[in-house]
Amino acid sequence: MSIIYMLLAISIVVAIVFFIAFIISVKNGQYDDIYTPSIRMLFEDELSKDDDNINPKN
Amino acid sequence: METCFHCGDPCLDNVIAHQQKNFCCHGCKTVFDILNDNDLSYYYDLEQTPGISPLQIEGKFDFLDNKEIATKFLEFDEQNTQIASFLIPSIHCSSCIWVLENLNKLNSNIKTSQVNFPEKTVRITFDSDVLDLKKVVLLLCKIGYEPYISLENFNAKSSAKDYSLIYKLGVAGFAFGNIMFLSFPEYFEVTEFWLEKFKHVFRWLMFAFSLPVVFYSSRDYFVSAIKGLRSKILNINIPIALGISVLFIRSTLEIVMDWGTGFFDSLSGLVFFLLLGKFFQQKTYSFLSFERDYKSYFPIAITRIINSATAKKTEEQTPVYELKKGDRIIIRNSELIPVDAILLKGNGLIDYSFVTGEAIPVTKISGDKVFAGGKQQAGIIELKVLKPVELSYLTQLWSKDVFNNQQQTPFETITDSISKRFTVGILSIAFLACIFWLVYDPSKALNVFTAVLIVACPCAIALAAPFTLGNLLRFFGKEKYYLKEANVLEKMALVDTVVFDKTGTLTHNHNNIITYEGIPLTADEEQLLYSTLRVSNHPLSRSLYAILEKNNISTLDDFSERIGEGVKATASSHTIKAGSYAFVTKEEILAKSNEKSPSKTTVHISSNNHYKGFYVFHNEYRKEITEVFKSLSQTKEVMVLSGDNAGEKSTLEKLVPTNTKLFFNQKPEDKLNFIKKLQAQGKNVMMIGDGLNDAGAIKQSDIGIAISENVNVFSPACDGILDASKFKNIPQFFKLSNKGTQIIKWSFILSLFYNLIGLSFAVTGHLKPIVAAILMPLSSISIVVFTTLSTYYFGNKILKK
Repeated sequence: MSIIYMLLAISIVVAIVFFIAFIISVKNGQYDDIYTPSIRMLFEDELSKDDDNINPKN
Repeated sequence: METCFHCGDPCLDNVIAHQQKNFCCHGCKTVFDILNDNDLSYYYDLEQTPGISPLQIEGKFDFLDNKEIATKFLEFDEQNTQIASFLIPSIHCSSCIWVLENLNKLNSNIKTSQVNFPEKTVRITFDSDVLDLKKVVLLLCKIGYEPYISLENFNAKSSAKDYSLIYKLGVAGFAFGNIMFLSFPEYFEVTEFWLEKFKHVFRWLMFAFSLPVVFYSSRDYFVSAIKGLRSKILNINIPIALGISVLFIRSTLEIVMDWGTGFFDSLSGLVFFLLLGKFFQQKTYSFLSFERDYKSYFPIAITRIINSATAKKTEEQTPVYELKKGDRIIIRNSELIPVDAILLKGNGLIDYSFVTGEAIPVTKISGDKVFAGGKQQAGIIELKVLKPVELSYLTQLWSKDVFNNQQQTPFETITDSISKRFTVGILSIAFLACIFWLVYDPSKALNVFTAVLIVACPCAIALAAPFTLGNLLRFFGKEKYYLKEANVLEKMALVDTVVFDKTGTLTHNHNNIITYEGIPLTADEEQLLYSTLRVSNHPLSRSLYAILEKNNISTLDDFSERIGEGVKATASSHTIKAGSYAFVTKEEILAKSNEKSPSKTTVHISSNNHYKGFYVFHNEYRKEITEVFKSLSQTKEVMVLSGDNAGEKSTLEKLVPTNTKLFFNQKPEDKLNFIKKLQAQGKNVMMIGDGLNDAGAIKQSDIGIAISENVNVFSPACDGILDASKFKNIPQFFKLSNKGTQIIKWSFILSLFYNLIGLSFAVTGHLKPIVAAILMPLSSISIVVFTTLSTYYFGNKILKK
């Protein structure tokens, strides 16, 4: 049953890893602009279509 | 009527048809061509008529030629890569994002560009070998996205953002979640072999998780509580800090002495909810600036004429701060004059509406003194600097005390006022219960004493205001009434005197109503007048030209304009004069015009030297002012402070209720002192104004609101910005802020009810960790739900009518 120490340690390490990831993402400004990416994501398809049209010309 | 394919404006007189599409002007058509030629026409598929018609920017960004100035705007400058961020107020839709992020298709030397929509900024990385900052700016202007560059963002490098609240919230949430899991097994009080064996590990883990919560996340509460005690104010943070420390100490004692599990879950939950409330209240409008001073009005650089030894004149772009007395500068049409100066060459027609509130421009001739803050409106002028920027008349206003002491009189929030009584009440209950148990059963005394402090921790009270105000702030934001911070809302509910500025606040900025008095003009005369005014550049001529019926344009045989007096034109032996009374009638000194229409803006007309009559220019008032004033004056005192002359008095009196007080000829400083005087009488004053001339009054008042036709540009330092189109909603805003205070009060009653339940457990000595763990989140969540629902209900009811 002492495996529970191991499990506890692992669970806490995993939790802390995610927590650190959160702090880093905040620091890098990932949450500064939470609106524009949601719109930008919708452009992607059109862009690649445009690219196809342009590339042959080049 | 046809609308423009690019910008959606109605095409007025001339429709430009191009590729089966209609355009309102050549600017729009050019932008369309640029985008179309570069395979960017998807711009028009994303949104209907997304464009902005480009403005004339000739010479406006010449200051970026000056390398020293240009480098100040660069975020990054290494080898051949430069990065710069621009604020572009006209960003408004997804098409804007798309086209700005595809700038590299317009110019391959732009490497990347990224839009931040909420802040309306675009960050551009470009190759500095081929491009420079000015070219990038001009490229943006060419497609209609003119960046807003001012002194404001000149010196201040973007300061690092403060994320500490998010970190604190993250830490508290992280600990809260983990502690909940760890404390769960013991809630059921089962005596099981394995649980008994491991419970100590669990407890110490909880202790470890609670350490960052107490010492990092809740630090602000301790700091504020100590500050409050020092200045002898019992603020809401004192019982909170007390609750947190008692929770922590008692829980630690419990696990050390093996009495029980402690209240670590309640502790971390409490801090988490409190910080959540704080976070929620922090609604910021990142694209607005509430702290603007004169710097944001002024140009960054100005064209200076340098007389070199070879007697050759050269022009140079100089930062305004480097202007010295005696320098010669050039101001172009519609540029702002940044310094006090003497006019040397050219016709000055200066619009001081920013500074004084006077709507009509003033004519200046060579040798006249002009003051900083005026806007030149008629061609290029040359000036000689009298005083450097910091010493000029306008800038002096800002060195007044009002602008320097950031912290005005501390405002006692509704939460603070209740927490006074609350803290006293809780402490006395705790002591009474303690004394009672000391007599009755001393072993329980300490237990009860701490339990009272724990359960009474005013989490719910502390949450009521942030959530109510935060919600209302968002509601107002949707209605284009942007407040700087939540406590402005609370102050608004207390306002008993509302002071309005006139020009620009009660009137529209651009529209004039023009009426004619005198002998009616014949069709011929009108046609001639129309043709004459067409040539003149004076703003009055132009607005008069705009309202006259469209006539055939006759060729003028002779035309002359005398600055500050009027225009004269002859066509087929018919002479017409328009201008001041003296000019038109040639009775120079008699100037009867003053008697005829005192202090009104007029243009007199004579035909073949016969006096005909005059046009009177009225300010056009917002349609809603009668309604707004009527409804405001029911509960508040309403006043109008105008920098203008009293010419409009009678018109205004007809529009507003009779108990409205009107004051005219108020200089910026008079306005400030007027507000001060009202405050000295114990009034809570709200000042609503628009321009620099109100800046002092806005700053001095309890709440200063700047009204603006375009919220993205030009607003003085204030507590809130109101979009001019929402002027009619002012009474509703007041109503809703009153409701907000009421909701907070109801929430207090609700949370006191929870406290009573908790206290009944606590004083009888029955407070178990599980009771606290249920009661605390329950009270917090129900307060949040209650405030959210009620603000939405009232918000919809009052604003969506």
